[in-house]
Amino acid sequence: MEVQILHARSGELITSLGDLQPKSTIYDVKKAFAKEKRKYYPDRQGFKTDPRGKMVKDGDTLESLGLKNGSRLYFKDLGPQVGWTTVFLTEYAGPLVIYLIFYLRPSIVYGEDAAELPYANVVHIAAGCWSFHYAKRLLETVFVHRFSHATMPIANIFKNSVYYWGFAAFVAYFVNHPLYTPPAYGDLQVYGGLAAFVIAELGNLSVHIALRNLRPPGTKERKIPRSTSNPFTWLFGLVSCPNYSYEATAWLAFTVMTQCLPAGLFMLAGFYQMAVWAQGKHRNYLKEFKEYPRRRAAIVPFVL
Amino acid sequence: MATATVKASSAGGDGRRKANPNMGENNAVKAYLVAYNVSQMLGWLVLMIKIIHHMAAEQDVETLYAQVEPILKIFQTAAVMEMVHSAIGLVKSNPVLTGFQVFSRVFLLWGVVWSVPEVQTTGYILCFLVAWTITEIIRYSFYFFSLLGQVPYFLKWCRYTFFIILYPIGVTGEVMTIYLALPHVLESDMYSVSLPNTANISFSYYYYLCFIIFSYLPVFPQLYGHMLAQRKKIISSPQRPKKE
Repeated sequence: MEVQILHARSGELITSLGDLQPKSTIYDVKKAFAKEKRKYYPDRQGFKTDPRGKMVKDGDTLESLGLKNGSRLYFKDLGPQVGWTTVFLTEYAGPLVIYLIFYLRPSIVYGEDAAELPYANVVHIAAGCWSFHYAKRLLETVFVHRFSHATMPIANIFKNSVYYWGFAAFVAYFVNHPLYTPPAYGDLQVYGGLAAFVIAELGNLSVHIALRNLRPPGTKERKIPRSTSNPFTWLFGLVSCPNYSYEATAWLAFTVMTQCLPAGLFMLAGFYQMAVWAQGKHRNYLKEFKEYPRRRAAIVPFVL
Repeated sequence: MATATVKASSAGGDGRRKANPNMGENNAVKAYLVAYNVSQMLGWLVLMIKIIHHMAAEQDVETLYAQVEPILKIFQTAAVMEMVHSAIGLVKSNPVLTGFQVFSRVFLLWGVVWSVPEVQTTGYILCFLVAWTITEIIRYSFYFFSLLGQVPYFLKWCRYTFFIILYPIGVTGEVMTIYLALPHVLESDMYSVSLPNTANISFSYYYYLCFIIFSYLPVFPQLYGHMLAQRKKIISSPQRPKKE
């Protein structure tokens, strides 16, 4: 059968793809289209059945979309794409390097001999926490995550890097400053914050591993995430995205531990973004799975 | 970051700034908006008369600000209501854009001119006062007529033409006023927080003002171009269309 490919925006005919079967998937269409238009590799293509409708999924067959011989599909250029792994590695390597540079108190930032001035104990602990978090994120990107989409638009790499790198410099500048004031409640506040941070990081890691095990290797399959034998994952009983709940908690703990307002602002910005993502994922779960547990919130148990 | 002319044209075409259709039915809302726009228009008119009178009688820029200060403070600060109007949906303009525009003016008035008395005697005050005053009188008249349902063509033409001159004049006055305030801000260390403190954060008002000055650079050409495009769209010239 033959399918006509039109431009979603202008409605102009681009090409007709002849070699398709009713059982062909959208991914087959993308491969065939890429053969004709080299510039548009499959990840860069989006297709719709209605120019103003939603993008159809790679796995959908022409038959299931109700397309017949001579039917039309609307093409949208998603722009140059870059792999998730590349984006994540760029995002997370930056904060690690930037924080550690400030930790060394370079004279260009803090003036001559700043590195010789005494460090409060909590400053070393904070550098450890920060490095641990981003080292963990880097390792997770390589060894743990299985992404449901291979790529994202290249502009995201700039946007996300400005966010992560900028905040890393903002927080690191103040925590490592020679005029830094240690927490008001001393060791109790520092070690209390540290304990909460470590627990939240372990929780975050546990949830990432549980999410990975949900998806068999090499597939894009989606299932309802549930608690496993690891107690840290039991938070799945209350929220859809416990990884975000744990991450926000970790930064809250970091803020308490360092008593640094910039860290608090970083926590709030991150929480806002994660809450938006969590609500999106939560809605998708509810739509995708009829038997999805109604009790769950998105990110904050019982609240949000 | 913005002047009255920006506010005027970025609030969009005739339709966008009209009362929200859902709210339009509500006579109380309409009456309130009419009252608000008429008072603002009158306030800025009085301001203009004061400026002209002062400049004609005294011919002295140095004492101008003291003459207009109370009225300017009242009506420019009252523009904060426009943020409220768009935030609660009384008018259709974009709340974020309106917020930025109103904030930039109120900030200049209180954060710079009021806070740094040394700049109150410069001629740049006259620059932005003239630009603001003319633009605001036209803008509020425009809103008043659009609330009634019909804007006279000549008012439309003024609103989408005067900015060509007034916007650069206004921006020059604003930027130079901030620039002249810089040394005094640095000296007095005003509105700044320095380390060490228990929140472990610092803030330099001096650098903040520098940042504001530099932010005019990318914003000004963009908004000016946007307004020129708006002008082309809204004023359908009976003569030959203007070339680029």
